[in-house]
Amino acid sequence: MVSPNTELAYNSKIEGDVIVSRLDAVVNWIRTNSMWPMPMGLACCAIELMGVAASRFDIARFGAEVMRFSPRQADCMIVAGTVTYKMAPQVRRIYDQMPSPKWVIAMGACASTGGMYRSYATLQGVDRIVPVDVYVSGCPPRPEALLDALVKLQEKVKREPGAKQLFKPRA
Amino acid sequence: MLATADVVSALQSKFPSLAPRTSADHAAVKVAAAEAPALLRTLRDEMQFDFLCDLTAIDWSAEASPRFTVVWHLFSTAKSEYVRVTADCLDDAKPAMASVVSLWPGANWHERECFDMFGIVFEGHPDLRRILMWDGYPYHPLRKEFPLAGLPTDLPDAEISAEIPTKAISAPMAGGPFVASSGEMNLTEAEPRAKDESWNERREKPNT
Repeated sequence: MVSPNTELAYNSKIEGDVIVSRLDAVVNWIRTNSMWPMPMGLACCAIELMGVAASRFDIARFGAEVMRFSPRQADCMIVAGTVTYKMAPQVRRIYDQMPSPKWVIAMGACASTGGMYRSYATLQGVDRIVPVDVYVSGCPPRPEALLDALVKLQEKVKREPGAKQLFKPRA
Repeated sequence: MLATADVVSALQSKFPSLAPRTSADHAAVKVAAAEAPALLRTLRDEMQFDFLCDLTAIDWSAEASPRFTVVWHLFSTAKSEYVRVTADCLDDAKPAMASVVSLWPGANWHERECFDMFGIVFEGHPDLRRILMWDGYPYHPLRKEFPLAGLPTDLPDAEISAEIPTKAISAPMAGGPFVASSGEMNLTEAEPRAKDESWNERREKPNT
């Protein structure tokens, strides 16, 4: 006689250590909640970036507190500050050194568009050298704005088909 | 304060090209380029001007001759006095001036910046390279004929240039330099904005 199974939810005693899900969902869940930033602090925005990491705003709530100063261990480059033409190749080189999948946040007016520096020395927007996922307005942006950008980026990553990243051409 | 007349009279016999220079604040003198190093040495060794505050240059305009003037600001820590010495570069196309790094080692980076921005070659400088712009940058940005927006050039790194097509471009000025207003107005109005907002990247600048 078969006893009726009244368990509706996952029961480890019956099913063992097995979870069924989509691979994309699991991969994106991992990526979303442990996005290690590469702090590309180039100007005053970097001070706000430090504020974001500190206790009042606490970027650790979103799993992105592990600032990695080695591009090899970073997922998300936060370009915080004015990018000069002299610095631009180095920014691009660091981006190239980050392992895929990788994302870029342009933090502040200067990184997004060149800001008030309409001059011979300043790169007019970091999207001219690296692909940018999220732009943050402000000069400098409030720490909340950067947290919002991170949440927006996380939403974007959640929607990403994980398998697509495997075959993504080198940008 | 040391009056200009005092500096001139004290040094006139030794440096015949010395002439007073109009100045709103401190003593200022003008001297021939050839006599500048000797004058600066005399000021340092005999008149206690032991500190070089600043070394810069003036570009009078692309048409002017003499076009470039080098300016030294000296300070005497003993007497608490300043003196300003200027000298015109002889050649307008290839301006040159004697280096004073041997007198004040602090002049090193000032002269490099001056060379970078104006293209003035400081003869006798131990390491005359660009200091702000990158090596190989083809222009001298503070010269009068150089536009603030810049001129198109390649990026500094050839390896990166081979990878991405980005070049240094003329910055879109959209109404010229951004100026912040001050005075008794609210903060939103005081934000930096273009002087002339009648044109932008999409709408051509009207011919005036």
